[in-house]
Amino acid sequence: MVMEIIIAAFLVIGGVFGLVGNYGLIKLDHPMARLHAPTKATTLGVGGVLIASMIYSFAFEAEGSLHELLITLFLFITAPITANFISKAYLHRHAHEETLPEPNGDTNWAVLERPEWSPEPEKTQEG
Amino acid sequence: MLKRLFPHPYLTALLTLVWMLLDNTAGPGVFILGLILGIIIPAVTAPYWPDRPVLKHPVKIAAYVMIVIYDIIKSNIDVALIVLFKSNKDRSPAWITVPLDLKTPEAITVLAGTITMTPGTLTADVSAQGHALLIHCLDAPDPDAVRDDIKARYEARLKEIFE
Repeated sequence: MVMEIIIAAFLVIGGVFGLVGNYGLIKLDHPMARLHAPTKATTLGVGGVLIASMIYSFAFEAEGSLHELLITLFLFITAPITANFISKAYLHRHAHEETLPEPNGDTNWAVLERPEWSPEPEKTQEG
Repeated sequence: MLKRLFPHPYLTALLTLVWMLLDNTAGPGVFILGLILGIIIPAVTAPYWPDRPVLKHPVKIAAYVMIVIYDIIKSNIDVALIVLFKSNKDRSPAWITVPLDLKTPEAITVLAGTITMTPGTLTADVSAQGHALLIHCLDAPDPDAVRDDIKARYEARLKEIFE
């Protein structure tokens, strides 16, 4: 009974955070701001469900399961990379709309740096 | 001999552990197969990884992981509260530059990943010569404080671990 309450609590926590993360996608008004909601709130959303799953396997099944730790590990590795790719794509298309800070003495931010061999910007990009 | 067999002891241990988790059992057979993979994979991939930093402080790594997990939970709650209760015009989003003291690419990668996973910040880009990170803040009334916090809380610890 106690275990069931704990498992249910983790499931509810996970569900609430998943819901808030997805609500954030709708509510926030800027592409970069929208990136924050899925990268963060979803981590705990998935995390809550995974913890519930682990507790369930140890409490009610013959053999415990730690598979879920791997999902967490892979999520922690992939979430920042996805966010980084999306923000780079955003910067690539919208750099002229943003006022970015100075890159600490370097020539430019990597995504805006144009190697000499690359084609002219106006031929490859529009706006 | 031991050095030849385990050029990357942590990687060997991690691969063995990941293999056992994938199999989801803890028998000796799984352990041995995992260990074999843990020995072969680092040996095969070593040429692609010439200047791998040597990690010297397992305790500090564990402490860092704990801090990051705590911050991830905190950041989840913070971002959820901002999403739910703060209207879009009250938020003050900001781009900030975090100058880097770290030199090794692995350390910078870990720092960038950590920043993305923690309170209201997201790594968007690295500068062309690798001396700064471009961070986007969801809600930062005081961008300088965010920058100092990142440098003190994460970068200083990573510098001890990697360099």
